[in-house]
Amino acid sequence: MGNKTPLYQCHLDAGAKIVDFAGWDMPINYGSQISEHEAVRNDAGMFDVSHMTVVDVSGGDAKAYLQYLLANDVGRLTVTGKALYSCMLNEQGGVIDDLITYYLRDNFYRVVINSATREKDLAWLELQAQSYPDLKIKFRADVAMLAVQGPNARDRATQLFAEYQQSPLQQLSRFQGVEFDDCFVARTGYTGEDGFEILMLSEQIADLWDRLLEAGVAPCGLGARDTLRLEAGMNLYGSDMDETTSPLVSGLSWTVAMSDERNFIGRQALEAEKAAGVQQSFVGLLLLDKGVLRNHLKVLTAQGEGEITSGSYSPTLQQSIAMARVPVGASGQVEVEARNRLLKAEIVKLPFVREGKSMLTEGG
Amino acid sequence: MSEVPVELKFLSSHEWVLVEENVATIGVSDHAQELLGDLVYVELPEQGSTIAAGDSVGVIESVKAASDIYAPVSGEVIEVNDELDGAPERINHDAYGDGWMYKVAMEDPEEVESLLDAEAYTGVIADEE
Repeated sequence: MGNKTPLYQCHLDAGAKIVDFAGWDMPINYGSQISEHEAVRNDAGMFDVSHMTVVDVSGGDAKAYLQYLLANDVGRLTVTGKALYSCMLNEQGGVIDDLITYYLRDNFYRVVINSATREKDLAWLELQAQSYPDLKIKFRADVAMLAVQGPNARDRATQLFAEYQQSPLQQLSRFQGVEFDDCFVARTGYTGEDGFEILMLSEQIADLWDRLLEAGVAPCGLGARDTLRLEAGMNLYGSDMDETTSPLVSGLSWTVAMSDERNFIGRQALEAEKAAGVQQSFVGLLLLDKGVLRNHLKVLTAQGEGEITSGSYSPTLQQSIAMARVPVGASGQVEVEARNRLLKAEIVKLPFVREGKSMLTEGG
Repeated sequence: MSEVPVELKFLSSHEWVLVEENVATIGVSDHAQELLGDLVYVELPEQGSTIAAGDSVGVIESVKAASDIYAPVSGEVIEVNDELDGAPERINHDAYGDGWMYKVAMEDPEEVESLLDAEAYTGVIADEE
């Protein structure tokens, strides 16, 4: 028996198969994860992401604290509601977690971190907070979160809100959130599709779930969430990067802001890594043979060995795909060591799929 | 609760066997497809090959996991369900019908005696849950 989100009963009612995920009883699927995947690519699906950890960071030191804590620069956030994706690094440049920070107003930020890393992240946030006197870190145990994703997701969801809320929701730009009295809605997600992530008080979320169901939004489990994010080339913490890998070898260099002098945890290690020459690159793999690429399989390239960090089947491409860490310079056709045979695969650019369309014609 | 037809025999590794004279038709159980979820790839033994009971003779892979398939009986593979190649989801939809995998001309029909009957297999599933 694990932790249950406020939507647990809704999942059972929708026929969910429940599995343990980092100590939480979560839906893996509601019958077929491929159908759920397709619902998000072609129409609209929803995911319970209430197990994720929401932390409000406020006070006069909030900005300086987050600028030191995170590898990306929250100083870039100047528009109310704007979101920033970042890694939180240790001194060795390894990734403690990846997270999203929303700038809600001056001296007030909201940070959403992973569930599996909750305890260590909260401990790290507290530890680093000690040198910032005007700072308040508040873990929001009172809120739940629902992601509504897909080409029709925003329309379906918007019509369920109060009339005065609808026009701000329609005008919301990408990677931007808006705060209302009773909820916070951001145009973000983890599927490669347009959509919202909706945060509200736990006791209100089941009502929203029911109304989204009535509006024809398909319940989707963690299984579909994984294949959607993999197609979208989005990293999964613990698989694609962890405390032993830097963002520079995890396809996350774009999230590290090092062009100015800002001091942040892990910066020295990343500078040293750059100066010595980054040894690996993070790439997409498209399987050319039959079979399925899996996590941790060895990748054989002309430049040496690499490893698959996330592998699965792509329902959109109807072929197996993976993300892998390979020696710098590796390209073209490679081999993957799978269950007593070698599979042919091709290195391609990420993402594989964006907004329902295959990117392979451009990338591969 | 998944379906366990009484006329079939089973392995505890979730293969089913339908015995008709000396021909065994083999597939994986409804319970197995439920555990694995949406199947996306099936590798079956080749037609004409000879297999021995207990051998790993193929693989079925779902979105989330791969699983070996074992031969319940020994003999020659006389027919393979090629339809599964492009449509492995047939196993999800109809594990005991359209989802059959291959047929074996049995060398030693007495091997069937060592397989589980439906009641024993139901016990195996219950122990897993």
